[in-house]
Amino acid sequence: MATNVKNDPTRRDFLYVTTAAVGAVGAAAAVWPLIDQMNPDATVKALAVIEADLSAIEVGQSVTFKWRGQPIFIRHRTAAEIETAKAVPLEDMIDPQTDAERVIAGHEQWLVMVGICTHLGCVPLGQKPDDLKGDFNGWFCPCHGSHYDSAGRIRKGPAPKNLLVPPYEFMSDTLVKIG
Amino acid sequence: MSSHSNYNPTNPVEKWFDERLPLIRFSKEHLMDFPTPKNINYWWTMGAVLAIVLVVQIVTGIILAMHYVPNIEMAFDSVEHIRRNVNYGRIIQGTHAVGASMFFFAVYIHMFRGLYYGSYKAPREILWILGVIIFLLMMATSFLGYTLPWGQMSYWGATVITNVFSAIPLVGTPILEFLRGGFVVDNPTLNRFFSLHYLLPFIIAAVVALHIWALHVPGNGNPTGVEVKSNADTIPFHPYYTMKDLFVIVVFFIPFAWFVFFAPDILGHADNYIRANPFVTPAHIVPEWYLLPFYAMLRAVDFDVLFINAKLGGVIVMFGSILILMVLPWLDKSKTRSGNYRPMFKPFFWLFVLNFLMLMYLGAQVAEGIYVILSKVGTAYYFGYFLIVLPILARIETPKPLPNSISESILDKHEAKAAKKIQIGGEGNE
Ligand code: HEM
Ligand code: FES
Repeated sequence: MATNVKNDPTRRDFLYVTTAAVGAVGAAAAVWPLIDQMNPDATVKALAVIEADLSAIEVGQSVTFKWRGQPIFIRHRTAAEIETAKAVPLEDMIDPQTDAERVIAGHEQWLVMVGICTHLGCVPLGQKPDDLKGDFNGWFCPCHGSHYDSAGRIRKGPAPKNLLVPPYEFMSDTLVKIG
Repeated sequence: MSSHSNYNPTNPVEKWFDERLPLIRFSKEHLMDFPTPKNINYWWTMGAVLAIVLVVQIVTGIILAMHYVPNIEMAFDSVEHIRRNVNYGRIIQGTHAVGASMFFFAVYIHMFRGLYYGSYKAPREILWILGVIIFLLMMATSFLGYTLPWGQMSYWGATVITNVFSAIPLVGTPILEFLRGGFVVDNPTLNRFFSLHYLLPFIIAAVVALHIWALHVPGNGNPTGVEVKSNADTIPFHPYYTMKDLFVIVVFFIPFAWFVFFAPDILGHADNYIRANPFVTPAHIVPEWYLLPFYAMLRAVDFDVLFINAKLGGVIVMFGSILILMVLPWLDKSKTRSGNYRPMFKPFFWLFVLNFLMLMYLGAQVAEGIYVILSKVGTAYYFGYFLIVLPILARIETPKPLPNSISESILDKHEAKAAKKIQIGGEGNE
């Protein structure tokens, strides 16, 4: 009897363990909605696609659109900017990416990016002609001093990544769909 | 500790009640008769101040919540409405905003007291850890509260600080969206921040109760660091310390009131009177003064270490700077509690205080040139103090001899004074 209690799991042990296991699964299932309600809701997600008309943006001009509540930087780059961006050797970069990887082939003059510093989320300066543009003639984040180049790549400062390129496609030569 | 009460209800109703719920007995034991070392100095009064300030924050906060609207379209205006139109709103809002600063001022004194007098050492480790938890909760509460007025600093502070979580590898972005309830800080964020800002102070109050419970097991420490040995070492909490604490509370409320009445905005940032604009970041983001040392340490890490990039490194250092306090009782193994008896410890301690103030200054400066270098030095000393200085001192320092008991230390002081008087008198006679 005594050895039985010690060594062999009894029917009662089995019932205890299964009850606890089912209870734990049930509790987890009940808690999940209480947690998931914090995630972005349906209205937030519904705003996830916009169309941007580029026809009025002159060469050398930048315009800011709004997508998912975030600023989207669209820049009509000059030929000179594109040349400098292409000429940078990859080993000079913090997050190496060629210029071609950041634009859509055939539309190299258009740079489309999320205007949020990849460090801690400030909006970098550089959209207006008289803004600071940083050491690489692109964008400059005033919060902790991140410098982005004319392809929006991080070149200096604490930000770890290049400015994000959102999913987008050209509907026509002057109309893009973002999202 | 239940033996030090002299509560003997005579009134039959009180007696009846005491046998069913000994609430009065409990209060008498813990709030009135509690034996307290007779030598504790003014550095031991901040706990009472903190308790009062917590009550002030809760009372003014509940009132503000009656007029405040947690919606991005209306939040900013509703705070202005409180300040301009609500009866006495200017004072109540000012008290709440200034109260947060006063709260941190008191808690820093309270914590440095603990660091100097070794209050974190056995048998008070849990008491100390509960204190660190309260400190973390206070930081969270004030950060959430600062978001509510929805000014430029509110918005960008919330953006930068929630972004700290995006530094976590792999799950960073999902966590960020989970915390914000969106891709950016927006209405869902403001709503939940309000809900949590209302909740946390009550959690703080609950942890404070545990903190005091943990205090009343070993009883208060004292400036000698020698534990209470007999009744001769203590006096009852009431009236001796209730009155002393009350005196300090009154003194504390003088600058508090001065800020509220004459300079309610001086501790805040002018940019927070500009409505939040998600498309324009202020040129220079600074947190409230009481978070600056930690912000300076976050920014001091602008270099990668192995596979940890600068961003993640900064976040680890910032959280680490507070979490390290949790293990302090096991880093400082010196048997002598009080800094008064530790000649080598003293200069390092005061350097630590100065270093903390320097970091506070640096957190408000631009992250460039000399400021970055000093931030790195300051961060290194902050961690060096805990990880190198204290463990080494515990091994090599010879502490000064301790008095045998609290009463003896007081008598010794009196004797020394008397001896000095006789000496001076003798000299005068010559
Ligand atoms: C641990 C205690 C508390 C601290 C440290 C604290 C801190 C703060 C801070 C720093 C602000 C921003 C003030 C400003 O810049 O205008 C704030 C605002 C606010 N707090 Fe608290 N708070 C506390 C407790 C509470 C409680 C218990 C409530 C009750 C619901 C509350 C309700 C509010 C409301 C409605 C606001 C927005 C109005 C305003 O900005 O003045 N707070 N709090
Ligand atoms: S947020 Fe841009 S540099 Fe920190």
